[in-house]
Amino acid sequence: MPKIVNKKILVSGNEAIAEAAIIAGCRFYAGYPITPQNQIPEYMSWRMPEAGGVFIQAESELAAINMVFGASLTGTRAMTSSSSPGISLKLEGISYMAGCELPGVIVNMQRGGPGLGNIQGSQADYFQAVKGGGHGDYKMPVFAPSTIPEAIEHVMDAFDLADIYRSPVMILSDGILGQMMEAVEFLEYKPKNKLPKKDWILNGAKDREPRSIYSLMMQSPTMLEKHNWKLAEKYKKMEIEVRYETYLADDAEILVCAYGIMGRICKGAVDLARNAGIKAGLFRPVTVWPFASAVASKLGKKAKKVLVVELNLGQMVEDIRLAVEDNKKISFYGRPGGAVATKEEIFEKIKETAK
Amino acid sequence: METNLVICGSGGQGVLLSGTVLCHAGLKEGKNVTWLPSYGAEKRGGLSYCCVVLSDKNIASPVIGKAEVIIALDNVGFDNYENSLSENGLLILNSSLIKRETKRKDAKVCKFPITELAKELGNIRIANMLALGIYVGKTKAVKLRSIIAALDNVASEKYKELVAINKKAMEKGFQLGNSR
Repeated sequence: MPKIVNKKILVSGNEAIAEAAIIAGCRFYAGYPITPQNQIPEYMSWRMPEAGGVFIQAESELAAINMVFGASLTGTRAMTSSSSPGISLKLEGISYMAGCELPGVIVNMQRGGPGLGNIQGSQADYFQAVKGGGHGDYKMPVFAPSTIPEAIEHVMDAFDLADIYRSPVMILSDGILGQMMEAVEFLEYKPKNKLPKKDWILNGAKDREPRSIYSLMMQSPTMLEKHNWKLAEKYKKMEIEVRYETYLADDAEILVCAYGIMGRICKGAVDLARNAGIKAGLFRPVTVWPFASAVASKLGKKAKKVLVVELNLGQMVEDIRLAVEDNKKISFYGRPGGAVATKEEIFEKIKETAK
Repeated sequence: METNLVICGSGGQGVLLSGTVLCHAGLKEGKNVTWLPSYGAEKRGGLSYCCVVLSDKNIASPVIGKAEVIIALDNVGFDNYENSLSENGLLILNSSLIKRETKRKDAKVCKFPITELAKELGNIRIANMLALGIYVGKTKAVKLRSIIAALDNVASEKYKELVAINKKAMEKGFQLGNSR
């Protein structure tokens, strides 16, 4: 099984994410089983104790996220994972973590919904991930990996961002990436930025003043507003963490916009289009929050047509519309309910759009 | 060069394992590989398939819309995936369990009584590796020795003694595929 090896090995997205977390120093994992992410807790159940950390199969998703909350308070790098219905249950805890400014990584291997839905990959939780999800006006960085090597990088960076900004960070992936395998190389973990000292953790107040971290703020009527302004400043700072990829986008007449698993499939569709003489290009948000609005705006305004492709009924398309403004040139193609679009199918849409 | 393959059948036939072995073989030859399984709620039975893409370049889509080759181990897989064969694609069919002809007039068809051949070799459960051998013999997508070497990647200590018979199945399959 993985661990750090300097050669390419075949591994599933779920296992890669779990191992990346261990390499990044995650020493607490709590989760509750749900397909299609069960390989994450399964892997953690033997690997985490081996790494000297704590693995808990919690009694519920709600318990799991609150265990992560507690572990994070002690300064431990902590993670939980689930799939769509389970993430809905974790939202309360995520909002509390945002309010208390606690770091933590949450992995959502999205599946078809609404409700219990099905167990196939989906992108139906975009709104939930980037527009709050939980209550109370918070933001968190959200990574949308397109390949398994990228997922590994995202998990490692997510732990760093979580510590730097004292914020929950989400990996918004899907059942397809979780279940598929490709070759990866686990590299040594090196933080890209200097990490702050955790001078806020609760580890016993011996020889120091006690600290308190709370999310209920009724002491004075203006206190919570002040706290929100402070958070707002932090969210503004987080915007520099925005990431995106473009592919053949500079001279693109048809700009295809897609993220996560659809990002890579659309890359294949763009290749098919280019081979057929259609000037197509790809804009792929790598973080879906912060969102690369300026880039989307520039590329979208330059292109003749913009085609947004998602595995849902149209969610990121709203952010593209806000960025590009010219709604007449924007069209949407989606496959909801756990269905997946093939590159051939998207190529047909590109051809229609180009007409 | 990019090539893709759909292997389909019923849960228990070793569809996913044969795809995994092919990926390990591709990796040994320095290729990029993706493996995408179907995953259902069933513990056994039910449609099972996997998509394998092998390429010298980065692989965009692990999802296969048009399959260059389909290996169908039974009717369940065949009925579901016959239509996703690309034009003039190759069908490798297990005629022990698939009794009907293909509706695809354009397809190149390669039929072998894979289940019966596996029984003759001594274990019905090696039908999957026999089919993989046929595929490799026919397409030369990877080398025979690479899939044989890949068996070591997937056989746990407990089942090491089964490597020999699986190897035999691959060799037999290769010989059959190579001769057509």
